[in-house]
Amino acid sequence: MSILHARGVVRAYGHTPALRGVTLNLTEGEIVAVTGPSGCGKSTLLHCMAGILRPDAGEMIYRDQRIDTLSEGERSRLRRTEFGVLFQFGQLVSELTAAENVALPLLLAGTGRRAARTAALSWLDRLGVADLADQRPGEMSGGQQQRCALARTLVTEPRVLFCDEPTGALDSLTGEQVLSHLVRVARQQRTTVLLVTHDAQVAGYADREVALRDGQVDSSGFGVEVAGR
Amino acid sequence: MSTPYVLMGLLAGGPKHGYDLKRAHDARLPRAKPLAFGQVYATLGRLARDGLVTPAGQDQDAGPERTSYTLTDTGRTALTTWLATVEPPLPHLTSVLLAKVVVSLLVTDISQARSYLVTQRAAHMARLRELTALKADPDATLSDVIAADYGIAHLDADLRWLQTTLSRVADLNKEIAR
Ligand SMILES: Nc1ncnc2c1ncn2[C@@H]1O[C@H](COP(=O)(O)OP(=O)(O)OP(=O)(O)O)[C@@H](O)[C@H]1O
Ligand SMILES: [Mg+2]
Repeated sequence: MSILHARGVVRAYGHTPALRGVTLNLTEGEIVAVTGPSGCGKSTLLHCMAGILRPDAGEMIYRDQRIDTLSEGERSRLRRTEFGVLFQFGQLVSELTAAENVALPLLLAGTGRRAARTAALSWLDRLGVADLADQRPGEMSGGQQQRCALARTLVTEPRVLFCDEPTGALDSLTGEQVLSHLVRVARQQRTTVLLVTHDAQVAGYADREVALRDGQVDSSGFGVEVAGR
Repeated sequence: MSTPYVLMGLLAGGPKHGYDLKRAHDARLPRAKPLAFGQVYATLGRLARDGLVTPAGQDQDAGPERTSYTLTDTGRTALTTWLATVEPPLPHLTSVLLAKVVVSLLVTDISQARSYLVTQRAAHMARLRELTALKADPDATLSDVIAADYGIAHLDADLRWLQTTLSRVADLNKEIAR
């Protein structure tokens, strides 16, 4: 079942075209990698699909509802309740502990303090960083910070998770730990994941790959059989 | 083995003597082992027997080194089929991949060469996904994981090179379109 559908999405920054008619249909629960060389429009597509940017043309449909035509307030509510976004650097609040950071989205949504803290601790545990609950980001490694940031993104149980180069700043083994946690949780929760990366090893975690080139989906050569043996 | 196809690829541009073929081969694929003259003539002999190349030129009786060869239609078809065939994405295929890329740029137009590359890239990605899943399997042993890592690292190297080549080919395309 389709959960999020980009249809002919066009987007430019001034006179610079970034997306030239991208169609991408995400099925509920699947993990899709968006790959392609620098500047091909990956981040722009993610921002459009996550309702952060409004397309110049085309449609964005979330569960049978047009979201590109919603007001800024409505899209912002959608982002808080249905979507989660994880960037290369986790944007943890440096003055808060890991548990406080993870509890923050729940507190902002009106959850009580005790319930928010319990949920935060449980998510930190699921991501294997329970022992960091009372540490501040400055006291953690990059990989630990990114796992806390992932916990903070997942604590609201988003239906769609958008990740832009989530392991771009990590070494490959640390990146692997973040990604394997991410994929495991996404499978358990049936979360749909859009994973933007230029790294083939990261794209290897996805169920399928969509390659962009010059703001368009490069559809040639996908789903081929390997001949020979 | 890619040598017969590389020789056919070199003949696609016009007839050549065995000596020229050896020189052209070594120049195009500098990292492959230099081709022995004996191997060039033996390969040409087999290709001629199979009707893929045919002797051309006047001095056929003067011995193999004086004979020039030309690609037949059957040869051209065989070459195209080889180029269009995706290599099984195992480690250590880089030299065959390299041969294919060099030859496809030699004998086809750029958009065709690009389509071969894209198809090969998709096959590599599919294999990389399999190995990644294998690694994530809770029952995987340490040696499974290490073996998968090895495969992934080599596929990744090939993929980076394929991506760079694709970008270079795209740039070439833009130049030509101008
Ligand atoms: N805020 C902006 N203002 C102007 N142009 C922009 C802006 N953001 C992106 N662009 C341009 O839009 C195009 C697509 O950029 P985008 O960031 O989506 O690419 P990307 O695939 O994410 O690249 P990278 O792999 O480098 O992150 C590029 O040409 C880029 O220069
Ligand atoms: Mg980007």
